[in-house]
Amino acid sequence: MSTGAFGGPRRVLLPVGLALFAIFSLGPFAWMVLSSFIYESRLLVDPFALPPSFTLDNYVRLFTSPNAGVGSANFIRAIANSLAVCTITMIVSVFAGTLGGYSCARLRFPGQNFLVLLLLAIQFVPTVTLIIPMFVIGRAVHLLDTWWILILAYTSVILPYMLWILRGYFASIPRSLENAARVDGCSRLGAFVRIVLPLAAPGVAATAIFAFLTAWDEFFFALIFTNSYAAKTLPVALSEFTTRHTSDFGLLMAGGVVANILPVLMALGLQRYIVRGLTAGSVKG
Amino acid sequence: MPEAALAALFLAPTLVIIGLVFVWPIIYSLWLSLNRFNLDVSPTPSFAGLHNYTLIATNSFYRSDVLGAAGRTALFTVISVPIEVALGLACALLLNEEFRGRILFRSALIIPYAMLTISNGLVWSYILDSTYGTLNVILHHWGLIGAYHAWLGTPTGAMGWVIVADVWKTTPFVTIILLAALQTLPTNVYKAAAVDGAGVLQRFWRITFPLMRPAILVVVVLRTLGAFRVSDIIYVLTGGGPANSTDVIGYYIYEQAFIDFHIGYAAAVAYLTTLVVALLILVYLWLLRGETVA
Repeated sequence: MSTGAFGGPRRVLLPVGLALFAIFSLGPFAWMVLSSFIYESRLLVDPFALPPSFTLDNYVRLFTSPNAGVGSANFIRAIANSLAVCTITMIVSVFAGTLGGYSCARLRFPGQNFLVLLLLAIQFVPTVTLIIPMFVIGRAVHLLDTWWILILAYTSVILPYMLWILRGYFASIPRSLENAARVDGCSRLGAFVRIVLPLAAPGVAATAIFAFLTAWDEFFFALIFTNSYAAKTLPVALSEFTTRHTSDFGLLMAGGVVANILPVLMALGLQRYIVRGLTAGSVKG
Repeated sequence: MPEAALAALFLAPTLVIIGLVFVWPIIYSLWLSLNRFNLDVSPTPSFAGLHNYTLIATNSFYRSDVLGAAGRTALFTVISVPIEVALGLACALLLNEEFRGRILFRSALIIPYAMLTISNGLVWSYILDSTYGTLNVILHHWGLIGAYHAWLGTPTGAMGWVIVADVWKTTPFVTIILLAALQTLPTNVYKAAAVDGAGVLQRFWRITFPLMRPAILVVVVLRTLGAFRVSDIIYVLTGGGPANSTDVIGYYIYEQAFIDFHIGYAAAVAYLTTLVVALLILVYLWLLRGETVA
């Protein structure tokens, strides 16, 4: 339902508003994509000179030139690291979050209220507070510069949020369905697997996407916990493009496009889930 | 199987992960903050009691560092959050109107949200570059500036552009939440208001805004907490400069811990920051009391 915010001069205000909105929300992203297809030499002088230029040069250099920015082998390695770390993080958080969310919503156990409050409070602890001790511990147990420290770090940040949201989803599933299954001879575990879990699937999917995107975006943990391409992720690789003072912006933007393909496509394709996940988290959490 | 046993089984993975990777590090960090621990000097911490905390409280050098960073964090928060919320509300109202292609416009919103924070920072660093930046190229081409500007070269400019980049990245989040809240508003109130001849502004201030108040408050809380931990964009765009003008608390702690390796001291500052965040949350809870969120 329209709130009528654009009530009177709607015919003028609405198109102007939409145009501004489009420029605002797509501008920098569009410029990243556009400039990744323009010759580096052209980019530095006058990207808008006619005739318009189009080239795949930046992408070719990104994936083949050994001297390009961080080096193509490293860039490809960073993609693999990001994919592995984010996928494993997602699986672990979905697994633990689903079981934990169900327990907090439906089962009764000692210390329940404390646990639920703890999981809420954890989400507000600033990341820097966690990075310092994790670095010292990770250094002592020789986990620095591996996928595993990143997976552990990301999971510890993502899991409380996930569990909190999934708890809400499970609570919204009518108890009577579960009870009916149990009357029909299902065990508690059986009812969970056969009745509750399928009903909660959209919620679980939403939080899984959220977990992946959050992990994919994470920067500071990866920056501090890794120092070689054994574990450096895409955001760290991208940030290193510029520290070499090369000003190779064409290459940088091409790298940016590659790093953003997956999250942008995922978000566009699954936006209904994301919107639901975000609103559930902020309204109920 | 008894209920508590099943719960224990189901919660085991969560408890192990949160215990080992969250609770234990946070407690260990408190211990670190009570130690002299400089990784450049020695690989092991040595107990120093409240040394790091007294340093912040009494040493004018450290105190002005911490207070300066805290002040810049507050400045960043106080400017960026209202802009994000106002802009987000405007976008939400716009996307709540009925028009053709609304789905496309709503999809456009998700792109900045999904874009990597680091990519966002890098695009802005390219746009603002003093030698090759797009902003200089365009403005110069149109004759609006005579010479190229170093946009991030002044303290005000740097803070301003960091805020612009952050607003661009986070406004979609605000919009998504406020749009969802708008869609739950009762239709008949607006019909009644239209019958009574209420104008656009009246409808907004008398109906929409009061009904949206709980959702707006929630967004303000979440964005304030987000703004308090801003550091990625600072790292890419300004590195805390020029002249420390964008050295916010999150970035300051990073520098102290991982560039200068003052681990114990940085842990102390991080603990104090956490304390301030906890206080903020209490204030917000107090503000939110009695608000019912749909």
